[in-house]
Amino acid sequence: MATIDTRASGLTKQEPLWKRYVPGHHWRTQDDEFDAAKIGIWLFLATEVLLFSGMFCAYAVFRMLYPEAIAAGSGYLDWRFGGINTVVLLISSFTIAMAIRNVQLNQQKWATINLSITWLCAAGFLAIKFIFEYGPKWAEGKRIGNLFSYPYASTDHEHIWWSIYYMATGVHAAHVLIGMGLIAWLIYRQRKGAYGPTHYTMMEGVGLYWHIVDLVWIFLFPLLYLVH
Amino acid sequence: MTTVDRALDHAHDDHHDVPYLTGKGGPIATVWDWMTTVDHKKIGVMYLFTVLFMFFLGGVAALMLRIELFEPTRQTAAGITGAAFAGGEGSSVGGVGKFYNTVMTLHGAIMVFMFIVPGIPASLGNFFLPLQLGAKDVAFPRLNLASWYVYVFGSFFGVYVILTGGIDTGWTFYTPYSTSTEGQPQVVAMILAVFILGFSSIFTGLNFIVTVHKLRAPGMGWFDMPLFIWAIYATSIIQVLATPVIGVTFLLMLFERLFQIGIFDPGLGGDPVLYQHFFWFYSHPVVYVMILPAMGIISEVLAVHSRKRLFGYRAIAFSSLAIAAVSFLVWGHHMFTSQGELAATIFSALTFLVAIPTAVKVFNWIATLYKGSIALTTPMLYALQFLFLFSIGGLTGLPLGALSTDLHLHDSYFVVAHFHYVMFGGTVIAFLAGIHHWWPKMFGRMYNEFWAKIASGLVFVGFNVTFFTQFFLGTQGMPRRYASYVDEFTTLHQISTVGSFVLALGFVVHLFVFIHSLIVGERAGQNPWGGLTLEWETDPIPLEHNFRHEPIVKHGPYDFESVVPPGCDEKDFPLPPQDEVRTVH
Ligand code: HEM
Ligand SMILES: [Cu+2]
Repeated sequence: MATIDTRASGLTKQEPLWKRYVPGHHWRTQDDEFDAAKIGIWLFLATEVLLFSGMFCAYAVFRMLYPEAIAAGSGYLDWRFGGINTVVLLISSFTIAMAIRNVQLNQQKWATINLSITWLCAAGFLAIKFIFEYGPKWAEGKRIGNLFSYPYASTDHEHIWWSIYYMATGVHAAHVLIGMGLIAWLIYRQRKGAYGPTHYTMMEGVGLYWHIVDLVWIFLFPLLYLVH
Repeated sequence: MTTVDRALDHAHDDHHDVPYLTGKGGPIATVWDWMTTVDHKKIGVMYLFTVLFMFFLGGVAALMLRIELFEPTRQTAAGITGAAFAGGEGSSVGGVGKFYNTVMTLHGAIMVFMFIVPGIPASLGNFFLPLQLGAKDVAFPRLNLASWYVYVFGSFFGVYVILTGGIDTGWTFYTPYSTSTEGQPQVVAMILAVFILGFSSIFTGLNFIVTVHKLRAPGMGWFDMPLFIWAIYATSIIQVLATPVIGVTFLLMLFERLFQIGIFDPGLGGDPVLYQHFFWFYSHPVVYVMILPAMGIISEVLAVHSRKRLFGYRAIAFSSLAIAAVSFLVWGHHMFTSQGELAATIFSALTFLVAIPTAVKVFNWIATLYKGSIALTTPMLYALQFLFLFSIGGLTGLPLGALSTDLHLHDSYFVVAHFHYVMFGGTVIAFLAGIHHWWPKMFGRMYNEFWAKIASGLVFVGFNVTFFTQFFLGTQGMPRRYASYVDEFTTLHQISTVGSFVLALGFVVHLFVFIHSLIVGERAGQNPWGGLTLEWETDPIPLEHNFRHEPIVKHGPYDFESVVPPGCDEKDFPLPPQDEVRTVH
C-alpha cells in the first residue's frame, strides 16, 4: 500500500482537496479512519432497518386483525406509480454506486453527472409521490388518523390502513428528502475536489445510506401496492 | 487505497500537552472551550454532572412520593409537601391522586430515560473507554459532543414537562391511557423527549462499538481488554439495536396522540398489546443497558482493590455478550397477563436463561475475592454491597419470571422492590463505586475516605430499609402506583419512608465529600489504587491527548501478581513471592 506523506511529497495548495486530506488527530492511519467510518455507517444502517421493522410489524399485525381493510386499502393504490418509483430508485442506486466508482478513478466530471442523476431521480420520486399519489388521495379525504374523511370507505378500519400507509411511506419520504440534502452536499463538495482516489469516505457513507433507502422501498412497494 | 501517514503531522500537537482540566484563559474562554470541546474526557465530565443533576430531580420526586405514602389516606401529608397533595377532594383521578400519578411518572421517566440509561456509559464510559484502550479519543469525537447536546435538548423537554404540570401516564406510557389522558402538550413533550434522547443513546453506543474495534492500543487483543470495556461493548450493542425500536414506537405514539392514527388506541381499532410488545422489546434489553456497565465497573473495582487477577476473565467477558443476546428474547415477561398461554410459557422459559450468565458473573466475582488482599476502600465497600444487593435483585426476578407466582406478584410492590434492588442496588451502587474508584483520575484529587465510608454506610442502610420492606408489602398485596392504601400496610410504608430519608442523607454526605474534595482534596498521584489498566498510565490529571506516548500493551489488565503498577513504588504494592505465582492464562 502506497503511503503519501503530505509534506514530504511537497503538495501545495494547488493540489485538489482530496490529496491534502489529513485524518483526525486520533487516528493512526487514514485507512483506520475510513474503516471506522464504514463500521459506523453500517451500524447506523442497522438502526434504520430496525426503525422500519417497527412499521412492518404494525403492518403485519393489522393485516392479521383487519384483512379486509388492508385489502381494500391497497386496492386504492395504483401499482403503476409505485412501479415507476421503484425503477426510479433503482436507477438512482446504480448511479450513486457509479459516482463512487468515478471518484475512486478520479473521473470527476462523470462523478458530478452521476451524482446529479441520482439527485434528480430522488426529486422525481418525491414528485411522483406527491403529485400523483399523496395529493389526489388527500383531496378525496383518504387521510391520516382523525383527518380521514373519505365517505365511501367499504370497511370499518380503513383509517388504520391509511395511517400505516402514510406513516410508512411518509417516514420513507423523509429519508429520501434527507438523502437529497446529503447528495446535494456531495455534489457541492465533489465540485470543490474534496473526493478522489485516496479519500471518499463521505461518498461511500451517503452511498450506503442511499442503498438502504432504496431497499426499504423495495419492501414497501410489494407490501403496500401488490399484495391484496 | 493509499495512506497518509500522520506521524509527521505532529509538530502542532505540543500545545495539547496540558492537563485537560486546565482553563483556557478567562472564564468565558474556558466555558466556551468546554461547550465546544470534542475531548471525550470533558464530554464525560459534562455528562457526569448532567446525569447527576437529573438523578437529583428524580430523587426529589421520589422523596415526595415517600412522604405521601407515609399515611394510608391521601391528604395527611399536606402539611409537609404543601398544598399540592392536599389540593383535590380525594377522588380517584382528580386532585391528590392525579398529583401523585404525576410525581410518580416524573420520577420513573427521569430516572430511567435521563439518568440510568445514559448514566454510566456516557459519563464514566466516555471518560475511561478511550483511556483504557490506550486511544486518544473515541472514534467520532464530534458525534460524541452532538450526543451530549442531543441529550441536553431531550432532557429540556422533560424539565419543561415538570415545570408545566407534568404527566400522569407512568414511565411506560401504556395506551389507551396515554393517548387519552389530558395534558396534550406535556404528554407530547415527554414522548418527544424520549424519542430525542434515543438518538443520543444511539450516538454513544455506535461511537463506542467503533472505538473498541478500531482504536485499541498496539498489542491489545480482544482478550487483553479490561472487562469494563467488554461490558460497555455489550451495552453499546444493545443500545444500537434496541433504541430504534422505541424510536419508531414513540413516533407512532406521537402521531397517535396528535392525529389519532388508531394503531395503538383500542377505541379506534388499534392494538394496545402491540404497543406493549414494542415498548418492552426496547425496555427489557434496556435494563441490561443499565446493569451491564455497572457489572463492568464491579469487575474493575474488585480486581484492583483486592489485588487479584479476575477469576474467569473469559467467562465474564462472554457472559456480557450472552446477556446482551438473550436480553432480546425475553421482553414478554412483562406482559404475562396480556398474552396467550403458549407465548407466556415460552417467554417464562427464556427468562430463566438470563439468570445463567448473570450468575456466572456473580460466582466469578466472589471467586476473585478469595485469598485476595482486600482493601476496604469506598469503591470496594460499594462493590461488596453490589454483590449482596444485586444478588437479591436478581434472585427475586426468578419468582417474577415464573408464571404462577408472577400472576400474584405482577404490578405489586414486589416488582417495585425487585427492580429497585437491581437498578439501585445494582446500577447506582456500582456507579458510586466507579465514581469513587476513578475520582482521583478524573479530578486529580482524593476524596475524604472516612466520610465517604460513612455516606456509603448510610446509603446501604437507607436503601435496604426503604426497599426490603417493599417485598413484604408486595407479597401481602400492596399494588404499585397507588397513592393510598389500607391501614394494615401503614407500618411497613412508614419504615420505608424513614429509610428513604436515611438514603437521601447518605447522598447529601456524598455531595459534601465531593465538593470538599474538588476544593481542598489532597492531590492524588498518578495511580492511587495500583491499577494496571492503561488509564493509570496517564498523568495524575490526564493530558488533553491522554498519553505522553502511545502506550504499547505488554501485560494483561489484571496481572497483579507479576507487574508493578505504573507510577507506583514496589513497596506499596508488593508482588507475591515468585514461587507462589502460578501462571494462569
Ligand atoms: C435474573 C435477572 C432478572 C429476571 C429473571 C427479571 C425478571 C423480571 C420480571 C419477570 C419482571 C416483570 C414483573 C411483573 O411486572 O410482573 C421484571 C420487572 C422489572 N425488572 Fe427485572 N429481572 C431481572 C433482572 C433485572 C435487571 C438487571 C434490571 C435492571 C437493571 C431489571 C429491571 C426491571 C424493571 C425496571 C422492571 C419493572 C418494569 C415495570 O413494569 O415498570 N430486572 N423483572
Ligand atoms: Cu424484563
